[in-house]
Amino acid sequence: MDLARFAVWLGDTQGSIALHESLYMYTLIESIHVIGIALFVGTIAMVDLRLLGRAFTSTSVSEMTRRILPWTVAGFVIMVATGLLLFYAIPVRTYHSVWFRLKVVLFLIAAINIWFFHRRVQRNVEHWDRQQVPPRAARLAATISLVVWASVVVTGRMIAYNWADCDRPQPDWINWIAQCTSYGG
Amino acid sequence: MDLYALFESFEQTLIGDGIRQSVWIFPAIEAVHLLALALLGGAVLMLDLRLLGMGLATQPPSAIERQTRPWLIGAVSVMIATGVPLFLSEALKLYDKEAFWVKMGTLIVVLVYTFAVHNPIARRDPTVGALSKTIAAISIVLWLVVATAGRWIGFS
Repeated sequence: MDLARFAVWLGDTQGSIALHESLYMYTLIESIHVIGIALFVGTIAMVDLRLLGRAFTSTSVSEMTRRILPWTVAGFVIMVATGLLLFYAIPVRTYHSVWFRLKVVLFLIAAINIWFFHRRVQRNVEHWDRQQVPPRAARLAATISLVVWASVVVTGRMIAYNWADCDRPQPDWINWIAQCTSYGG
Repeated sequence: MDLYALFESFEQTLIGDGIRQSVWIFPAIEAVHLLALALLGGAVLMLDLRLLGMGLATQPPSAIERQTRPWLIGAVSVMIATGVPLFLSEALKLYDKEAFWVKMGTLIVVLVYTFAVHNPIARRDPTVGALSKTIAAISIVLWLVVATAGRWIGFS
């Protein structure tokens, strides 16, 4: 399937146009998306700080993940739901945004890291559950998580700026990453 | 000196002018502002969830308050340190924005509330009940107003 054409088709749907031209809806969704960051990234950061031995060291790692990660998941649902709506409102420009594309790659890295943490690191958590400073693999996963999610926030914020947009003159490498030749289908 | 003239002089500071000269400094500061928001949200929620009877329920509120305080203060400091230059770069535009005044007013209220009322009560380990839930709910609502009004500044 041709994603560039799909983006054009999506942008021509009534709902997308209505959302894009709405006075308050877009802003409201954007605000919920930002508040979602506080819930999603904020709670992840607290779990990561525990894994790094920088906070909540008197709480076991398993209690931290069991009691806090459900809130992270709730935050993630809010982020995805509002994020999809924001994409739906401005599909063509967003699909060809270098920042958006970088953000998608970061999601993949985050997903691999989550898999690594649950499959490899957390498997023997009972051996180090109450350690103030967990083993190196756990600290590595926590560091990757903090860096990747922070980068997701930054790249997400940058999507709003148009320096790297296809409708302006861009260096070859940006045209290549953003696939500007297929901009607008 | 009237307020408008004061804002005019804020706008003309070296920092405000420097930020306006660059296309990427404002977004970069904004990004750090947003990262501190995430950290602030995490620190606030850890304690407020506990006061609501959720989250780390096996820990006393005072322990969570002690554990989150450095991150809370750190996050607030970064938010102010990044918020001030953002303000200086567009002080006159902000002067006319209702969202800006709502945000600043609520920010002052929530900071006083957090450090003079909310956290001191949490340090006394209240059992989960009407008092603890009320102080947590007030904290969450006030911070939500600050965040939403902040986001609204960019659109209004």
